[in-house]
Amino acid sequence: MTESTRAIVIGGGHNGLICATLLAKAGHAVTLLEGRSSIANAPDLEFAPGFFSPGLAHIHTELHPKLRQALNLTSKSTGTKTKTIALDGQGAHIHFYGDKVEGTSVSDVDQAAYASFRKEFLSYAKALTPLLLNRPPRLKNMDRGDQFTLAKLGWSLRFGLGASSMREFLRVGGINIYDVLNELFDNKLVKAAISVDAVMGHHMAPRTPTTVLTYLTRLFAETHSEPSVATKVDSLHRELEASAIAAGVDIKTDAWVEKVIIENDRANGVQLASGQTMLADIVASSADAKNTFLKLAGAANLDAMFVHRISKTRTNGSVARLHLALKDIPSFTNLTTEDLKGRLLIAPDMRYIERAFNPTKYGEHAEQPVLEITIPSLHDATMAPDGQHVMSVNICYAPYHLKQGWDNARDKFTQICIDTLSAYAPNLPSQIIQKELLTPQDIETRFNISGGHWHHGELAIDQSFMMRPIHGTAQYNTPIENLFLCGAAAHPGGGITGLPGWNAARRIIAMTKDKSS
Amino acid sequence: MSDHNYLSTHEPSPFDSGIRAQSQTENWTGWNGYLSPRIADTLASEYFAIRSSCSVMDLTPMEKYRITGPDATAFLNRLVTRDLTKLRVGRVAYVVWCNDEGKVIDDGTVFHLAENDYRLCAQHHQLDWLLLSSIGFDVSIQKETHDIAALSVQGPTSFSALSAAGIKGLETLKPFGILNTNVNGFELTVSRTGFTGDLGYELWAERARADDLWNTLFTLKDTGLFDIRLIGLDALEMVRIEAGFIMPGWDFNTAESTIRADHDRSPFELGLDWIVNFDKPYFTGKSALLAEKARPATRRLLKLTLEGNKPPVGSFIFHGKKGKQTGAVMAQTWSPILKRCLALADVDFIDGHPPNDLWAEIYYQKELKWHVKWARCEIVEGQFWSHPRRRATPPMPF
Amino acid sequence: MTITKNYDAIIIGAGHNGLTNAAFLAKAGLDVLVLEKNAHIGGATVSRELYDGWKYSNCSYVCSLFRPEIYQALDLGRHGLEVVPLQGGVTFKQNGDYFGSYHHHDIQRREIARHSQRDADAVVRFNADLMKWCRLIRGFLLRTPPDPGTFRPRDAMEFAYLLKKFYELSESQLYEFIRFFTMSIAEYLEEYFESDVILAHYSGGSIIGTGLGVYSPGTAYVLLHHAMGDVDGSIGSWGFARGGMGSVSKALASAFCAHGGSIRTDAEVTNINVSNQRATGVTLKNGETLRAKIVVSNLDAKRTFLNVMHSEDLPGDVVKRAKNFKIRGSSGKLNIALDAMPEFPALPPGSPLTLGHLHFSDTLERLERAYDDWKEDRWSSDPYTDTVIPTQFDPTMAPPGKHMMSVFVQYCPVEPEGGWTDAKRDAFGKTVLDQLAEYSPNFYDVLLHAEIRTPRELEAEVGLTEGNIFQGELTLDQLLFNRPFPGYAQYRGPVKNMYMCSSSTHPGGGVMGAPGANAAREILRDLNKSDTTPEDFGDD
Repeated sequence: MTESTRAIVIGGGHNGLICATLLAKAGHAVTLLEGRSSIANAPDLEFAPGFFSPGLAHIHTELHPKLRQALNLTSKSTGTKTKTIALDGQGAHIHFYGDKVEGTSVSDVDQAAYASFRKEFLSYAKALTPLLLNRPPRLKNMDRGDQFTLAKLGWSLRFGLGASSMREFLRVGGINIYDVLNELFDNKLVKAAISVDAVMGHHMAPRTPTTVLTYLTRLFAETHSEPSVATKVDSLHRELEASAIAAGVDIKTDAWVEKVIIENDRANGVQLASGQTMLADIVASSADAKNTFLKLAGAANLDAMFVHRISKTRTNGSVARLHLALKDIPSFTNLTTEDLKGRLLIAPDMRYIERAFNPTKYGEHAEQPVLEITIPSLHDATMAPDGQHVMSVNICYAPYHLKQGWDNARDKFTQICIDTLSAYAPNLPSQIIQKELLTPQDIETRFNISGGHWHHGELAIDQSFMMRPIHGTAQYNTPIENLFLCGAAAHPGGGITGLPGWNAARRIIAMTKDKSS
Repeated sequence: MSDHNYLSTHEPSPFDSGIRAQSQTENWTGWNGYLSPRIADTLASEYFAIRSSCSVMDLTPMEKYRITGPDATAFLNRLVTRDLTKLRVGRVAYVVWCNDEGKVIDDGTVFHLAENDYRLCAQHHQLDWLLLSSIGFDVSIQKETHDIAALSVQGPTSFSALSAAGIKGLETLKPFGILNTNVNGFELTVSRTGFTGDLGYELWAERARADDLWNTLFTLKDTGLFDIRLIGLDALEMVRIEAGFIMPGWDFNTAESTIRADHDRSPFELGLDWIVNFDKPYFTGKSALLAEKARPATRRLLKLTLEGNKPPVGSFIFHGKKGKQTGAVMAQTWSPILKRCLALADVDFIDGHPPNDLWAEIYYQKELKWHVKWARCEIVEGQFWSHPRRRATPPMPF
Repeated sequence: MTITKNYDAIIIGAGHNGLTNAAFLAKAGLDVLVLEKNAHIGGATVSRELYDGWKYSNCSYVCSLFRPEIYQALDLGRHGLEVVPLQGGVTFKQNGDYFGSYHHHDIQRREIARHSQRDADAVVRFNADLMKWCRLIRGFLLRTPPDPGTFRPRDAMEFAYLLKKFYELSESQLYEFIRFFTMSIAEYLEEYFESDVILAHYSGGSIIGTGLGVYSPGTAYVLLHHAMGDVDGSIGSWGFARGGMGSVSKALASAFCAHGGSIRTDAEVTNINVSNQRATGVTLKNGETLRAKIVVSNLDAKRTFLNVMHSEDLPGDVVKRAKNFKIRGSSGKLNIALDAMPEFPALPPGSPLTLGHLHFSDTLERLERAYDDWKEDRWSSDPYTDTVIPTQFDPTMAPPGKHMMSVFVQYCPVEPEGGWTDAKRDAFGKTVLDQLAEYSPNFYDVLLHAEIRTPRELEAEVGLTEGNIFQGELTLDQLLFNRPFPGYAQYRGPVKNMYMCSSSTHPGGGVMGAPGANAAREILRDLNKSDTTPEDFGDD
């Protein structure tokens, strides 16, 4: 290869940045196109004068050490580690930190059970490492890479876990978190808090089969880091941007990609909204699958059933976000200011979560929602004017399609959330200066994610692994030659893991090498 | 309460009363939810009506879809393997369409009726596949199977007969051409198309004009000047094999209904290479077909003639007499006009080529006693039988 | 010193799997005794008279999964079994219309087209796909699942066989199969169909007997347990056993006895006797002890390990797993005596549709809301019911001119808040009867008697834990090598000479007889006897 391959990466999210950086490091000439005006500082985060929201993800974990190594990231990128506090209506809150759970209502038996549960489930999550850190292996027509991944996975399950743990893993892998937690714990609040991690961001509730698997994919991040509260100064994003620039990636902002140019069934560039066209040998899209295939590439360039299957992927989000601008620090019953730096959960028991979920199946919102709360301004004072604060809330559940229409329900739903909060923080309503509710439809518009789904598509088994986003394009390359997926729509999905971008980059590098050799 | 008539297994064709009056044998078979005659009178008279005078067949059961809208051409071009951008208004094309794996879902004809206005005729029900294929295209797809009264008029005297019936302009109508005309006070569309490999036409009218259309033809018969004869599906089967036409669902399993691995067929495997065009924008199955093209052929639906006069009903095909089994007969007939047995057979290839010595093992019965006989087969390229009158414009006035 | 007889095998429970198992063992020449706690045999596969002159299939009520291979191998036709294919089937709509299910292909097509032209075409694609999965799964029904935790050559070979079967699918079909296996029935069907009533009509089969909703992942697979049955080659069709489901048990018992086996009723086993980690026999409720070289339990996994075995005789993990084994009661049943045929004015006069299953849930939302009620430990206020009136063509089951109706109800909780009372049971029944009366105005006029059975009654009489018809949920964690528990999926119990043959083992519930036959194969193998169980007919 005499000339370097020209690559275009669409989208400046963390997956796009990581993919671009790694391609550049491999010697490709990379241009990254971002439709917004800035990579790391999203202008629409300022939801009230002087008040900033943390963006879409308000909890961060660190990237996998191997990925950090591949990117030569040195600094500790995320903020302070944090604990989770499950709020109790009577003030008997339960604190989770690492393998410990503390609270007046938690029995010794439950404490011990929690420690062993964490140990066991972290080992399951860890056993999935070969699967998550590689392109998902094909189950037929495998190449050596696929065989190697499968062998590593088999080894990790069979010998990493051992026969009895593997059997248990195979049993719980497909079931719901509700049954597992009921087998293990007595304390309702403990069970609810764990199950929130299994269901948040998904169209699932604790009794939905496969919620153990969603829990494990979330837990995976904790095999190598601890969660922290995200702030406006998204240091990870900054760091990724800096490393992209250092690697020689040409970052263009305000560069909205209108479509991928396809000639002779091959992608050979993109056309921008400005009308400008840019040619490239490779186009990698971190947009979701519906946007990538149905809008950017176009159905006419793809097989009919492929298009049908893409259009049938379940991509409707079920989480809304609420940002509150507060006059001062809210006071929660029985919580210190130090406690407020943590992640607060309102989910009294698993049935409560289940009841919050039921209405979304019918295009209705929860009447008593599950809430996940952070106060990022306690970590980053620049997010609010002096002495004032920002509260960031994830709300389960809010359907993408609301029967009555979101415009007719926005105020009511916001009020429901504030009422739910004030049961634990009575003075909160009087502290609110401004509020912003982002429904899944708003998230769709603002972040250009079809359906407003955190993960660019449900992480159900039928949309995971070699079926993500759909089979036929699950290994980052698409049916269109030179067009690749590198975002959360691809394996292993969303969350700030950077794994799709990393896996995609390695796939692209390997495939271009094969082609030129 | 619903008016759904659960007791009747079939829907009446708009030509129902006419067909029943002409049908002597009451030998019916189901076809796409309608009753069609297998034989209306006698097989021989019907076969020879097609080949030496004028035959009539009801096309109502054939699936018909109207495709309109700004993306109609792009939609159809992505659907089928042929390049339809070259199909002018007023022309018809024979097409096949495939699934993503490049296996044939169905075949049919596309009628370019007007700008952004097409009719697609298909052997099987296709609405689901058409709608599924329409994602991302600005088109409207309407099923019009029940709304059209259509008759196929085929045979050497079809031109003379239809002209005598008052249809003007047929002399300039070329094969695969469409003529919009008016006869006996109703609008009629005539296409020079058919499934017989002979001179012939298909006549299309509104359903409400079915009786008018029927009477236009059969009053002509009453004059005694033309032998116009209703034919059944058995005679059609003979002539379509002579013409080398394939029947999805009979000669091969259609892709959408295939359950077992390797039981579906690609256009190449059906010998339809001539309508697969890779020099056109993407179409469903293109990638798979390109990949297939790059590999040596593993099997083909071959046209075979067999020695002797025993039709190879359900026969296996062997490589060498009593050799290795290498295929099976999918359709067969005795051709009265060629005095020869014809067969379409699904045959395994060796290193990309057909075995050079093909034999059929034929079981037949004489006075309830079974016999077996081996017949040497010969591969035929192109049609078994064709006649210049099929393409002559103007057609000869037989 | 008295010499007590030492049987070759004792089978606990004369349900259809117990009898199937016993029959194959007897056929191999073993001296076999079947013990049944009730005065009648059959377990859940029974016909009983609960109202003067009316015979009921009072538990299981239709027959299609029963393996034809077993039918043939045990010659059940000669032992009096007659299975009549079931025609028709209908889902009534709330707007007065209905969706009918017809045997004739063209009529069925037109009926679907009446609701959606597109769906009438899509059904071709759907049927072909479903058939692919049916063919694959059916091939595993009469086989012992391999254990992924061992390295025994036999398990490796069985895995290889499994993989070979899977690899007969193309790569994309392989993924589609995994998707089918893990998806919810509603979302799976939504990839094919658009009409509400058609989606609801096809979904119902996936929640029958299952503590899951139509939107729960894993339910698409349950559909196969209702769709892969066949009556004389007509896939997915249902049959009625003439004389009720008891005829199946009777024929099996007759075959078993013809091979020299014996059955004792009113013989409830209270304990499987174990010494030196070997099963030695059983103790009956009356204190009597029976000795046997092997003991086979046809009780579900919970009853087997928690009721009739002592925890000290068992490895600790088995007790824990038995406790965690999911058997969720989610169904109720009404057995109804009718003075005359109820009218369904939505149907045209003379419609054949009442010959089949009657359903009254016409949207996925209604089906899912029925499940939401159950999650709250309530019976569904708008339940999904599967109703059949077999007396329309089996006159042996009711006096002349009268009818018997069987209503299977989804969902009914194991324990409503505060527990079951007779009053609550009757209120549950009334909910179901009222729903029927909504579609059949003369229903209460012809109603003579209704026996209402909640999980409480089903458990008490038949001995199905929580009244679960599958003896264990058919969820991913409890299928194949996980059924009933990982490491114990090959019909062998945790102590020597003890086996399991109930629907708690692979391939699970439905009246198919496969667990009984598979267990017999493993037992005969351990005894070095020639195999009397049949092989799968295959489908190529």
